[in-house]
Formats: sequence, C-alpha cells, structure tokens
Amino acid sequence: MLGYVGRRLLQSLGVLFGVSVIVFGLVHLTGDPTRLLLPLEAREEDVRQMRALLGLDDPLWVQYARFLSRAVRGDFGLSFKHQLPALTLIFQTLPATLQLTAAGLGLALVVAVPAGILAALKRNSVLDAVCSVGVLLGQAMPVYWLGLLLIMVFAVGLGWFPAAGRDSLASLVLPATTLGAFSMARIARMARSGMLEVLAQDYVRTARAAGIRAFVVTYKYALKNAAIPLVTIIGLEFGILLGGAVITETIFAWPGVGRLAVDAIFSRDYPLVQAIVAVLATLFVVINLVIDLVYTYLDPRIVYVRSAR
Amino acid sequence: MSVPAAAAAGAMLPVAARTRRRVSFRAVFGLSVLIFMGGAAVFAPQLAPWDPGKQMLLKRLRPPAWQERGLREHPLGTDHLGRDILSRILHGGRISLGVGLTAVTLSALIGVTLGLVAGFFGGRADAFIMRIVDVFLAIPYILLAMGVVFALGPSLLNVILVMGATRWVQFARIVRADVLSLREREFVAGARARGNRSLRLLLRHVLPNALTPIIVVATLELAFMIIYESALSFLGLGVQPPTPTWGWMLADGRNYLATAWWLATFPGLAIMLTVLAVNLLGDWLRDTLDPRLKV
Amino acid sequence: MALLSVEGLRTHFATSAGLVRAVDGVSFAIERGEVLGLVGESGCGKSVTSLSIMRLVPPPGRVTAGRILLEGEDLLDKDAEAMRRVRGARIAMVFQEPMTSLNPVFTIGDQIAAAVLAHAAGSRRAAWERAVEMLDRVQVPSPRERARDYPHRLSGGLRQRAMIALALAPGPQLLIADEPTTALDVTIQAQILDLLRRLQAERGMAVLLITHDLGVVAELCHRVAIIYAGRIVEMAPVASIFRQPLHPYTRGLLRCLPHPSRFGQPLSSIDGAPPDLRQVDGGCRFAPRCPHAVESCRRDEPALAERKPGHFVACPVVTV
Repeated sequence: MLGYVGRRLLQSLGVLFGVSVIVFGLVHLTGDPTRLLLPLEAREEDVRQMRALLGLDDPLWVQYARFLSRAVRGDFGLSFKHQLPALTLIFQTLPATLQLTAAGLGLALVVAVPAGILAALKRNSVLDAVCSVGVLLGQAMPVYWLGLLLIMVFAVGLGWFPAAGRDSLASLVLPATTLGAFSMARIARMARSGMLEVLAQDYVRTARAAGIRAFVVTYKYALKNAAIPLVTIIGLEFGILLGGAVITETIFAWPGVGRLAVDAIFSRDYPLVQAIVAVLATLFVVINLVIDLVYTYLDPRIVYVRSAR
Repeated sequence: MSVPAAAAAGAMLPVAARTRRRVSFRAVFGLSVLIFMGGAAVFAPQLAPWDPGKQMLLKRLRPPAWQERGLREHPLGTDHLGRDILSRILHGGRISLGVGLTAVTLSALIGVTLGLVAGFFGGRADAFIMRIVDVFLAIPYILLAMGVVFALGPSLLNVILVMGATRWVQFARIVRADVLSLREREFVAGARARGNRSLRLLLRHVLPNALTPIIVVATLELAFMIIYESALSFLGLGVQPPTPTWGWMLADGRNYLATAWWLATFPGLAIMLTVLAVNLLGDWLRDTLDPRLKV
Repeated sequence: MALLSVEGLRTHFATSAGLVRAVDGVSFAIERGEVLGLVGESGCGKSVTSLSIMRLVPPPGRVTAGRILLEGEDLLDKDAEAMRRVRGARIAMVFQEPMTSLNPVFTIGDQIAAAVLAHAAGSRRAAWERAVEMLDRVQVPSPRERARDYPHRLSGGLRQRAMIALALAPGPQLLIADEPTTALDVTIQAQILDLLRRLQAERGMAVLLITHDLGVVAELCHRVAIIYAGRIVEMAPVASIFRQPLHPYTRGLLRCLPHPSRFGQPLSSIDGAPPDLRQVDGGCRFAPRCPHAVESCRRDEPALAERKPGHFVACPVVTV
C-alpha cells in the first residue's frame, strides 16, 4: 500500500515538473519575452536593460533552473500591475474562488447525484426522461450564456439576486448556479450510468436471491460500488470547475483568482499569469492525488491490481 | 407479479408490444440540425439578408420582428450598431463550425499519432507521452488557451493552433487504450507471426479498429471546441472584429442585458443548438458504433 | 405434498428481435430431501427456469403462465415483500460465477451476515458469529480470519464455498444450484460436489441442481429432468435414465459422452442445432434433428407421459 502511495506521489511530482516547464515556456513562446513584458513603445535601451535584469541572455536551461528554484520557494516575482508579490495576490483572491467552486460543486452534487441515481432506479420513467433532457441541455449550454441568462432573468428582471460582486450570501447564488450547472449534467449522467451498471451486476442478483431487502440492496450494496467511480469524477470536476470559474468570475465580477487571471492576461502581467497557472495546476494535482488515495481506501481491489502489475 | 387468471387457464398472453424499437430520435434530430447549421454556415453569404458588418445606425437596437418596434426585415433584431443579428449569427456559424472542424482535425492528427506510438511501442515512449497527457490535463484549459493566444496574438489561426495543440490528449488516451487492448488480440499476433513489419501492422490492422472510438471522440470534441472558441471570443481573445463570432456577439450583448435582451439570447441559443446537435450525433454514433464506450 | 411443484411454467422475453419463449411449459416436482438434476445444453432454458422459481427473471423477461407451488402456496401470487421472505429463507440459490456473484467491496463475513439478518432479527454480532459458523460448515479453513477477507482474496473454490455458506445461512428447505461447479477447476469441482452431497444429507435439504454435465448428475442426483428448447423431454430416476434413456435427445446426449468401450471410434454428436426460440411453433421441438421423427411429430406437441414407473418421456414415437 505504501509503495502505491509513494508511486502516486512521484507521479504527481513528475506532472508538476511538466507543468512548470509549460508555465515557464508560456512566456518564451514568442522567442522574445521582453516584447511581452514591456510596453510596445519601449526603447531599445530599455529592452536591453530588461533582458539583463531578467537574465534573458543566459542559456535557456539556466533560466529554467532559476525559475524553478524560485518557484518552489513561492517566488514568482512581482506583479507588474499591482507591484506586489504574485503569490500574495493569489492567496488574497484564492479563498473567493474556492468558495465559489465549492459552492458550485456542492450544488451540482446535491442535485445531480440523487437525480442520477433515481433516474437509474426508475428507468424509463418520466423522471428519467426529464433527467436525460436536462443532461443534454446542460452539456450543450455554454457557461457564460447561462450566466448571462440568469442575470437577465433573476437579477435584472426579478431583482432577486445581485448580478455582481461578493457582498453577501445572496450574491453567491447566481455565480454558483452558473458554475454548478456546468457539472450537474455530467455528474448526473455518470451517476445514472454507474448505478445502472452496478444494478446489472451478478452480486446484486445474489443479494436479492438471499432475500435482502430491496432498500438495503440499493442503498447499501449497490451504492457503495457505484460511489467509487463517482468519487474520481469529483476530482476531475473540480479541475474543470476551476477553469470554468475564470469565465464565471468575469461575468459576475466575482473577486477571485479567475478574474485576476483574465485581468493579468490583458494587462500583460506575465509573472502573475505564470503564478496563477502554476498554483491552479498544483491545486488540481493535489486534489486528484487525494481523490486517488481515497479511492484506494474505498475499493479494496485496486491496490492489489496495481501492485500485481 | 401475479399472473392473470386467463393465463392460468393455460392460454398464452398476446405477444407483448413491449418490443421497444430504439427510436434514433437523437440521430435524426442531431443530424438535421447539423445539416441545417452546416448549410447555413456554408451558404451564409447567400442566405444572410444583410451584410453582417453593415452598420445601420438609424436602426440600432431594434427588437426581434414579433415585438413592438421590431422590423420585419430584421427578424432577430439589430445590435447597438444597427447590424442585423440574424446575418451575424449565420456568418458567425461559419467561424464556429470552421474553427471547430479544423481544430478537431488537427488535434485528432496529433492525438492519434501519439496514442498509436504510446500504445504500440509501450515502455519509455508510453510513459513519457502519458506524463505529458497528465500535465496537459492538470492545467486549467481556459488559462492555457488564454495565455497562449495572448502571447501569440489573437487571431483565427492561433485559436485553431491552441485548441489543436492542447485537446489532442483525449484522442491520445482513447487510441492508446484501444491499441493496448488490440495488441493482445489474436489477429494481431497472427499478423505478426506472418512477419508483418511494425508500422504496416499498425496501420493495416490496428487503426481501422480504433477508428470508431476516434470518430466518437471527434464529434464530442467538436462540441467542446465550439463552446471554447466562443468562450475565447467572449473574453476578447478569439477571432477579432469585424468578423462576427457568436462569442463576440455575446460579449457585446453583455452590456445590454437590461435593455436589449435579444443581443445576448440568440447567439447563445445558436451555440446551444449546434452543440446539442453535435452531442446528440456523437451519442448516437457511440451507441451504434461502439457500445464499449457507453457512458 | 411435494416440496416444490412447478406446473406449466412459461417464461417469455419480449426483445426487440422478437418474443423469445425461453421456458415453454415446464412441469416437475421436487420432494423434501430429494436432489433433482435439471440437465440441458446452453440456452435450453434451465437457468431461466431457476430464476423464474425465484422470480428474479431480468426484464424484458416475464413469467407468463403456470404455477409454482412451494408447499402448496403459489409463489406467483405473492407480493414483493412475501416473495422476499421466501428468497433465502425457504429457497436459496447458488450461482455459477463465484467471481462476479460476490460483492467486491464487502467482506464475505459481512455478506453472509447480511443474508442472516435479512430473515432473522438479531444483533450484528450474532449474525457475524453465524457467518463464521457457516464458513466452518462449508470447510473453509480458518473461518474466523477468512470472514474478514474480501472476495478477491479467495481462490475460486473458496469463493464458491462462501457462496454456498451465504445461501445456506438462513436455513432454506430448497437449494437451487445453477451450474455450481462449471467455472471451477476439475479438482475443485470434485471437492465442491462432495461438500454439496454432505450438506444435503446433513440437512435433509432438497436440491435443484442445474447442470449440463451428466457426470455431476450421476454423482449427486436422485432424479433427473432433461430439458430441451424450453421443454422437459424426459424425467426419471438417475439409474433408470442412464440404464435406459428413452427420449432420442437423451440417447443422443449419452452417446456423446466419450466411453472407454468406444475407444478409437470417432466421437459422436447430434446433428443440427437447437431451434431459435423466437420461431418455434407447435410440434416437437426436437423433431428437426430426430432420427425417429414422423409426420405427426412436427404437428402435435408431445406431452410428458409415464412410460415406465417413475419414468416420464415426451415422445410418442419411442418404444419402451
């Protein structure tokens, strides 16, 4: 078991390593990062100074090593626009994003998991049909359009919820719904199909043949099996939601990392952009690692399968 | 489940009309919407009543034809610069579908190749490629796309490049999984025994079998790309004006949510219908072609 | 009164490809303490028969006609809760694939205990003790430790023993064993059969043993019913069937068994294939492959008739 944990840890580190390469590479994509980091009208002299300052005349791998060593210590440089350490800015805004993402994911789970499971249990019923339609629409709808629609109807039209800002719990509702809708469709679908698959398994038949109550068979026996793949989905969804948060925050002017990122990209504040991508990717990797470990706890088979390979 | 009295007397129940034919409503719906959209996109210049860029400031912010103040020659209304919404949507469709299809092709090419390499040669190549896949999956897609597009400059080509260069992972994974399982199958071993060289083996035997999941993934990826292209446009990073794109129209509409609801609604509806159609088509393809992938 | 009496059972599946008459008029009875073998090839309807008795036929299958009398009560009349009380406590079932028939995320002790608790109020500890006791009865070594294992940790033979323990824990009067040894190694098969024989004798339990293996039948059963294409074609005490098989199908089956006396001769087989169960009509279903078939065979459905004491055959043509 410990060997497995160790291996996953190593794997995650490898991924983070790769992420750092990409983050580093972002700035060097055009060949000359100074073009990106300075206003367009910069003079030749400024450019040269900048290059020297950033150590851009050194070989690439040296620059990378420098970047990496600073990055692991949390030093991503100063944000150009805000003149504050990039990481500080991120930590200031991260709670807002996490709150939004958690609310969105929570909402999605609370709605979608029971819906999916019930749809599986009452297959081909009205509920199932409604669920299917909902899933289809949910997957086709662009996040930001839903956000705009919600604003139009609930904020402008009915005036129930504020359209922007992070003042009260009420202001969390619309953005969380927008973000959550994104995941709801996918989660409901997975829950339904996972449950259907489990219900068709032989061991469910054995339980029924032994005369175990239907309620117990469904909610204890079948559910535990269906829950396992669902847990991994949650990890993935979190990552997807982090991405979706970028747009949602922009629409609702939610003061989170997403909005910070969009802002940073448009102000060509590259140290900040680098830092954000790095932090979010790390978060994603960590979450998935945790999910993986929870998975091995839930499913007694998996450790043996892995170690036997 | 008690048996009716009639049956107990030995008579057989009538053949139940329980045989549910799987009505491929999805396929019909999806396909027809897509053909409609595709046709509209291709023939946009002929179909659109107005030049999408033509600003008719005297007729700005007119609601759709069926409302008060609406004009019949602008069925879906006009925007803040007096441009006809319907025409812009038709032209926008060209961009969305065009970009989507090109990007899907590009990412499919990259992904399938890498997937084949990873699956077939295994070992270090496989591990390396899969690590790269993990990395790409870890970075929030939107940020990556935004960052890259901004670095390279927002343009049609760059959007296609970015999407192609980052979404290949889906193809790689599915192809690799298929190759791995096919590798074990007898007919591949049989072909090997006959002395086929690796590459030919790959192309001749393995690829055709992996084709069905590739097609299914491609359809679903197309949907994804349509949404993301418009997301990028919405954020101002996609195709630049004056070319109308659905995302850009939504961004414009954002400023007029309270006053001119049609600006934001119709482009979004167009996106949703197109993506819905693509998804339905993809689902149907998956159900008929490859029940293994059934979700 | 017989323990279990099946009368005119018909189970049909309404599929998109047509109506499959999987079980089409099956009747038999099992006495207390008796082991009845139900023999047939794949797809002949033997498993569906057993599932029908338990009323666990998966949709789109339905029992469409007949009576299933357990000590005189018709199971088909019972509501869901009443049927649930029958399952496990009065009739239990053991399935073919021990690998997939046990829940992978619960320990085998848990699963057996659950079967106990389903029918008898009691504490979980008591149920657990009973589970350990059952594992001991089925000769699982170190039952107390093993009860805490997950199914994937056990070998095929042990898993099947666990399944049997699970089925017998609530103390049923009738055990339906659907190909209990087919998925096991030959050596393990012998052990499991031994176990079943011992348990059956100990408890005076009735067993409906479903198999395609005539050797298993010879070892374990008192009587045998041969099923073909959803109908019983012959039913008799074991010795009688082996000594003098009457139905052409049974004869064909027995001839197929390799026998030392026929060493060196080509293996025989029965020509043709079983009928498509969607397209059967009146008349004997074996007629197309039967060397003795006459005109009336294709028209009239043959009924099971007692041609010798205790020996029933559904064939008007063969001579005793």
